[in-house]
Amino acid sequence: MNHQYKARIYVTLRPSVLDPAGVAVESGIGQLGIANVKQVRIGKYIELMLTAADENQASDQLDRICDQLLANPVIENYRFELDEVQVQLGVST
Amino acid sequence: MKFGIVVFPGSNCDRDVAYVTQELLNCPTRMVWHEQTDISDLDVVVLPGGFSYGDYLRCGAIAQFSPIMSHVIAHAKQGKFVLGICNGFQVLTETGLLPGALVRNRDLHFICDRVPLKIERTDIPWTSAYATGDMITLPVAHGEGRYYAHTDTLKALEDGNQIVFRYANSSGEIDETSNPNGSVNNIAGICDRTGKILGMMPHPERASDPLLGSVDGIKLFHGLLAFMNQQRLQPV
Repeated sequence: MNHQYKARIYVTLRPSVLDPAGVAVESGIGQLGIANVKQVRIGKYIELMLTAADENQASDQLDRICDQLLANPVIENYRFELDEVQVQLGVST
Repeated sequence: MKFGIVVFPGSNCDRDVAYVTQELLNCPTRMVWHEQTDISDLDVVVLPGGFSYGDYLRCGAIAQFSPIMSHVIAHAKQGKFVLGICNGFQVLTETGLLPGALVRNRDLHFICDRVPLKIERTDIPWTSAYATGDMITLPVAHGEGRYYAHTDTLKALEDGNQIVFRYANSSGEIDETSNPNGSVNNIAGICDRTGKILGMMPHPERASDPLLGSVDGIKLFHGLLAFMNQQRLQPV
């Protein structure tokens, strides 16, 4: 358990789910005088730090966290990026 | 017949429900803090309205992992009654006790209003004091009450006759204009296959005391009590 990872998680609405907030933002962009923008969809971005034995273990845990809590599979999809972070000297983990 | 009302941090309709069950129906009632784990004395668990955990992440998402919830699931699996009102309905869908999800209203408004509803079935204890096709009016107050489910889930719900309440206009017509939040098939409330777990966005507890101008909601509880009394009287 001595590898530390930073995860960047993106939760997005499934394409079949209407996104009224996205539609409202799209009309706001139109109000800015910018007319060439469409299909605005709003999602969530979540960052977290995670300590794990290796990248596979970290990835399995993230799948579980996303499936059970961060995303609702009925309405949302998720994906994540995982980067190992070097632990600073003198800091025990 | 004993009621338990689960109180999450951020619940705010818990006392309204307790007022109905204790003061109007004279049923033993206790508040159940979300960290409690023994609810074996309860016949009915109510998940009340409000903003559990501040509605952070998604409405009901964090409440599903409160210590009490695994016991609510066990209570439900024993065939006992569960009612989720508004945020309570959102918690029921997040835990998977009821299918689908409740998402942001179609027109982005927080809707605080009284809406006409059509009672779609009366063969379950919850709605047995109503007549099928009855029109009632109940208060709603939600920003994320648009019921959504995949096409196959929706078909299973319709085929299984699990839609209990639909938004309608005052003459009982169900269409897009009588749909306040954009819910699929105008769904306002559904039950599980056994009919014992009921989730609904409208607030029956806010239409139970005559002082508040409407008693359309109290029949929900009357129906349940009548069913339980009948069960008790039946010879074993």
